[in-house]
Amino acid sequence: MKRSVWSFLLPLLVVLAVGLFPLVTQKDLHRETAFTLLRAVALAASLNIILGFTGYVSFGHVVFYGLGGYVAFYLVAVKGWPFWAAMLMGGVAAALLAYLIGAGILRLRGAYFALVTIGVNEAMKAFIYNFQPFGGPTGLTMNFAVYKAYGGPKAVLWMTYYWLFAIAILLVLVTYWIRTSKFGLGLLSIREDEDAAEVMGVRTARFKTWAFTLSAFFPGLVGAIFFFRNASIEPHDAFPLHVSIESIVMVMLGGQGTVIGPLVGGIGYQWMRVFLLTNPLLKNIQLAVAGALLLLIVLFIPAGLVGWLRRRFPATRRFLL
Amino acid sequence: MKRLFWMALVLALALGLLVGCKKAEPTAPAAEEAPAGETQAQAEAQEIVLTIGFTESKTGKLNVSSGRQAKGLRLWMKQVNEAGGIKLSDGTVVKFKEASYDDESSKDRVQELYTKLITEDNADFLISPYSSGLTAASAVIAEQYEKVMITTGAASDSIYKQGYMHVFQIYTPASRYLTGAIDMLKEADPNLKKVAFVYEQAKFATAVVKAAKAYAEEQGYEVVLFEGYPADTTDFGPFINKIVESGAEAVLGGGHFQDGSTFARQLYEKKAPVKAVVLLVAPPEPDFAELGDAAYGIIGPSQWEPQVKFTPEAAKELGIEWYGPSNEEFIKAYEAAYNEEPSYHSAGGYAAGVILEYAIKKADSVDPKKVKAALEATDVLTFFGHIKFDTSEEAHGLQIGHEMVYIQWQKKDGQLVKEVVWPKEGATAELIYPLPR
Amino acid sequence: MDMGFLMASLIDGLLLGFVFGIAAIGLTLIFGVMEVINLAHGPVIALGMFTVYFAATLLGLHPYAGVGLSAVTGLLLGILIYAIAVQRVIGQPHLSSLLATYSVNMMIIGIGTAVFTASPRNIEFSLGSITLGPATIPVARIVAAVAALLAAVALYFFMQYTRWGKFIRAVTDNRDAAELVGIPSNKVLAFSFGLGTMLAMFSGGLIATLFPFTILEGGKYELKSFVISVLGGLGNPMGALVGGIIIGLIEGLVPVFLPTTWVLVVEFVLFVLILLVRPTGLFGGRAS
Repeated sequence: MKRSVWSFLLPLLVVLAVGLFPLVTQKDLHRETAFTLLRAVALAASLNIILGFTGYVSFGHVVFYGLGGYVAFYLVAVKGWPFWAAMLMGGVAAALLAYLIGAGILRLRGAYFALVTIGVNEAMKAFIYNFQPFGGPTGLTMNFAVYKAYGGPKAVLWMTYYWLFAIAILLVLVTYWIRTSKFGLGLLSIREDEDAAEVMGVRTARFKTWAFTLSAFFPGLVGAIFFFRNASIEPHDAFPLHVSIESIVMVMLGGQGTVIGPLVGGIGYQWMRVFLLTNPLLKNIQLAVAGALLLLIVLFIPAGLVGWLRRRFPATRRFLL
Repeated sequence: MKRLFWMALVLALALGLLVGCKKAEPTAPAAEEAPAGETQAQAEAQEIVLTIGFTESKTGKLNVSSGRQAKGLRLWMKQVNEAGGIKLSDGTVVKFKEASYDDESSKDRVQELYTKLITEDNADFLISPYSSGLTAASAVIAEQYEKVMITTGAASDSIYKQGYMHVFQIYTPASRYLTGAIDMLKEADPNLKKVAFVYEQAKFATAVVKAAKAYAEEQGYEVVLFEGYPADTTDFGPFINKIVESGAEAVLGGGHFQDGSTFARQLYEKKAPVKAVVLLVAPPEPDFAELGDAAYGIIGPSQWEPQVKFTPEAAKELGIEWYGPSNEEFIKAYEAAYNEEPSYHSAGGYAAGVILEYAIKKADSVDPKKVKAALEATDVLTFFGHIKFDTSEEAHGLQIGHEMVYIQWQKKDGQLVKEVVWPKEGATAELIYPLPR
Repeated sequence: MDMGFLMASLIDGLLLGFVFGIAAIGLTLIFGVMEVINLAHGPVIALGMFTVYFAATLLGLHPYAGVGLSAVTGLLLGILIYAIAVQRVIGQPHLSSLLATYSVNMMIIGIGTAVFTASPRNIEFSLGSITLGPATIPVARIVAAVAALLAAVALYFFMQYTRWGKFIRAVTDNRDAAELVGIPSNKVLAFSFGLGTMLAMFSGGLIATLFPFTILEGGKYELKSFVISVLGGLGNPMGALVGGIIIGLIEGLVPVFLPTTWVLVVEFVLFVLILLVRPTGLFGGRAS
């Protein structure tokens, strides 16, 4: 079946719609909301590269977010680097960590892989707690004067917003490329049957490692942006296990291994959270309601919204990728 | 069919965008509302209602202390409004209303909430959340919008050394939290040499013990153990073993209520042979008495205690102004309103309001710039103690007037009671030393 | 270095190791039988704590009676969780079972924080302390360790000599073959999940007699259970008991030489290394 051009345009439009919204209204609160949405989208879309395409369940996605955040924060606040360079280094540091541990841990399958990623995250957090250059348990804070170099705090908030917006767009392009390339085909074959893929000549070890590295690069950038605008970073803020799990939920919700799924899942999940948090009736049990919804999805539509649509209405496959 | 489907999708998307934009419009004019200063200029003998914005930890681990702080602040607001507001020289009457949200004791949404308080609720002045961590996050936002924020329940020095110009601290900063305890120990036992610091790995406690350690070493003490514990520690066994091994004669540290009271209990259970225990935050809380014998003899620094007496006469002696209600008046009003004894968090919340009120009166205006200038010039004694802010570039807004008092749990007729034991001039009882075990 | 300090530290660590071990046995048992990593393990431990707390404050039960009640509740709760969330994801990709049990985690924590709030609880209970040479040990810790050890022994005999114990072992080895010889495998799975949850709540109950806790407290012990299970080999209950003892020794030894906060670094690095080098645990055979 021929792929419609909409399969590419649709995901792009989703990100553009969210990203351009505050630019149109020029309201600070809208910018903050869109920032939260784009952050969720970027985390979900990057996790999708490893989780969705290869089927390896990583609970350690947030370790790259925290590490990228720490490296960039350190370079800006302590070493006085310009932000863009520090952010890039944050991404590179995260990708490097993924590359180095990837070769080892990607040999593990199923539950063992999931467990080891939890271990990596906790080990890193415990290590940062004791690592004095990064401030140990109290973390690092940014002097306000740093912001002045960028034209004051308001300018920083907009600048970081543009960066995040750009990263989200880049992620759509990268995901689309993977989905339609030979590389992506190789990854999908790993998801379906790794041993068969190996026999068929897919160099699974190398493919997995590169997918893992690529998927780690982006949360590194996002972490750099988030903590830079936060003006402080602490170990327990940088490596919260629940953010990893939320990212998985977002990918699942939208549809793993698709281009548009994680975007829809990220936006949908954040929207639901805000709805639950602001609903006076459900506010107190918002977590329980979210849990019940998750269970229903896992039990009844494990392919996520996009996966379900593709299966139920085969016609949608032309433009839902 | 296929075409229809995607056309519908695109349409829905475009519609969503439109609706989103439209929804935004009605609120837009609100942002252009004249700032408080201008409305005041055109006002003649009229009433202005200022919005005080803050977050409260209604849920999560900080809910007890944060709740008391908010109660104190609300009591002040209620009293000012009921007394007819603040009257300025041009006849304007200033009253207050609150805008607040639940920050869930978590940094996740504090910045978003303070942005909302400023941009949506048009808060004129801000009060900090409880705890140094949350305040550090909210201070960024206050500074971004150049809103005056009075902080209470936020003692870390580092917040005030980030170059912020609009943040003012009511509490004695962390760096001076335990220094008085060192002086007290020195007087109680000149032979005491070895001290151990065991503290919570959080901004506040770390700042406290770093400063106290430097001061102790300066005073000739030997710091035999200096170790942090994670915030969620419940088993202090390893730390107590280390304290015993190090031969420390006095233990200083702790962090917040929960860990501090657990630490005290386990020190008692494991019969640690130390002569003095000084813990942060937990001992001054009335609930600490539930530890029973494990509480007996424990010492703690406090920002304020019901027994402390600051009076207009004392102000005269110091050569500074007195402002606000007396200690008895505050305690009476608080007990009447909430049916509980105020803790120092309650008093801190109330004091934050009193200082804002004082600054508005001094400025004779609600213009934020003038109020800020009045805060910078503040040098006043209140029921809470002496309040004066650092105005230097490096540590703007840091509290330099207020001093800590130290309490100890003692026994009166077999009942545990809290007594002020330091400084000497404010003491209500002699220090019990060494720790009776 | 002071030998007394070393002894005191080791005894403290070891006693707790047994209690952590019994929680890990629950986790590893479930994995062994149905290849499900139970991410609701932590909240279930916390529920064990709260059961003891409310048994003491509302029903006026002795804390140790509360621990028993908590174990029985655990068995029923586990079967319930299995029926609602786990049954349908058996044999599906790991992502499904991980998320299904995590959704149970969210539900328990969500309802738990709404009902109990996140404020800390404490069971007013003390048996005093005894002094053994250099070490002063609260008696409650000794009781908890002995209770945990007895539970492990009881579990061993149950698995070896009772009908249902044999069923569980048969299903662990090969579910299809067990089904063929007439073992009701779905019931066995439900019962195993109940048994695992029972051990978790039992352990939580014991911890509640030692330390204060909140509804969120379980997360910490869940992570410890992961580490212990992996040390002993995932799916190997008796390995987990040894894993618990090893963790206890680490927690006793590390503080003697390093700042206490390095304990977690050592534990998790060891955890990752074991998974990489010997995924079947210290005593397991070769990786399959």
